[in-house]
Amino acid sequence: MVGTGQREKLNALTARDAGLVGCRHCTRVWPMETEICARCGGALESRDRTSLQRVWAWALVGMLFYIPANLYPMLITKTVGRASEATIVGGVIELIHHHAYAVAGIVFFASVVIPVGKFVAIGYLAYAVRKPHGIKPKRLLHLYEAVEWIGRWSMIDVFVVAILVALVQFNLLATINPGIAAVCFALSVVFTMLSALSFDSRRIWDEIETLSDETPS
Amino acid sequence: MEASEDLVCCPVCDALHEIGDVEVDTRLRCVRCATVIAVGRPEAIVRIVVLAATALILMTIVVFYPFLQLRNGVFTSRASVFETVMSFSQGVMAPLSIAVAFFVIILPVARLGTILWALGPLSIDRAPLPGAAFALRWAEILKPWAMAEIFMVGVAVALVKLADLATLSMGPAFWSFALIVFITALKDTQMSKHSIWSALDSAKS
Repeated sequence: MVGTGQREKLNALTARDAGLVGCRHCTRVWPMETEICARCGGALESRDRTSLQRVWAWALVGMLFYIPANLYPMLITKTVGRASEATIVGGVIELIHHHAYAVAGIVFFASVVIPVGKFVAIGYLAYAVRKPHGIKPKRLLHLYEAVEWIGRWSMIDVFVVAILVALVQFNLLATINPGIAAVCFALSVVFTMLSALSFDSRRIWDEIETLSDETPS
Repeated sequence: MEASEDLVCCPVCDALHEIGDVEVDTRLRCVRCATVIAVGRPEAIVRIVVLAATALILMTIVVFYPFLQLRNGVFTSRASVFETVMSFSQGVMAPLSIAVAFFVIILPVARLGTILWALGPLSIDRAPLPGAAFALRWAEILKPWAMAEIFMVGVAVALVKLADLATLSMGPAFWSFALIVFITALKDTQMSKHSIWSALDSAKS
């Protein structure tokens, strides 16, 4: 192996150091000037220069849509002429009243904890990689992988609404209709997923290397 | 340094590795970020193809058979996966309906289809079909957007919400969908970028 690490394995030889560009789709390497990977046809870029801009932009739009998602009703239930509306948090409270604590926990985690945690984590990551930082790259990578993996699970609430709406259509007795918050919430999840996908994980190590090159140990 | 076929970059952190033939039953991890780079499993391609094909066949059951049934006294309502997906189809919600259809059915099926297209011929020692590289690349890009497993958790939550309103029963589509989620997860554990791409390379030449 070429890149056997010295200093805590921070200074592995990267494709960029070797004057090469690696394909993130199929792991093949090419000379630096290559633009399209000849093996898989993917676009090649040694470092995604617009990465952080897109991370911030998508995260911001995602946050904007998360506000109406919480203010407007997610579900509109009509039982024998009476209509009641439930927001995201309202739905969780209703589940607690039904003593379904585990499910209430899942929904609360998926629709409140994950989105808010994601905004914070993405902001922290995008902020940390901009300048030389003393944070262990392993820790940042774990954070990034967690954000990337867990973000999709927020969609649970949208799917719950879809299933309820499809099933509960007993004309007079009870009907459930989707509220506008379902759309806002789905968009918020999609935008934050795009934000996480825009992040170039290779940058986590770049500034660390600059730092350790400047201060010889 | 020259770019050669044995030189592999880590897709996560860009570290270079020189990889020859990978020994059977070993996992090669990136020296820096510990991402699995290559897996020494010669039979992985056959496994992936078999699992993808199984999941695709089960998908036909999902689309054509009832998914969930709800009973409340004399009232009965039945929903197939298709109806679930179409539940936002009225008015301003229509785009959401399309999105849910993509997340739950179209993208998971597209992933299975592209994987079969790209790797199917390899598993029976034939030359790859045209566009195999394109198909394989897109199978990987679509991965985060195929949300069948999340839909299943959504079903579980919906069942609890409806428990005191009515009696629920699951149709054949429900069980085959659950099976698809399991099989797809199993299939994804068999896929490693370097291994499948170098298999495609050696099949071409």
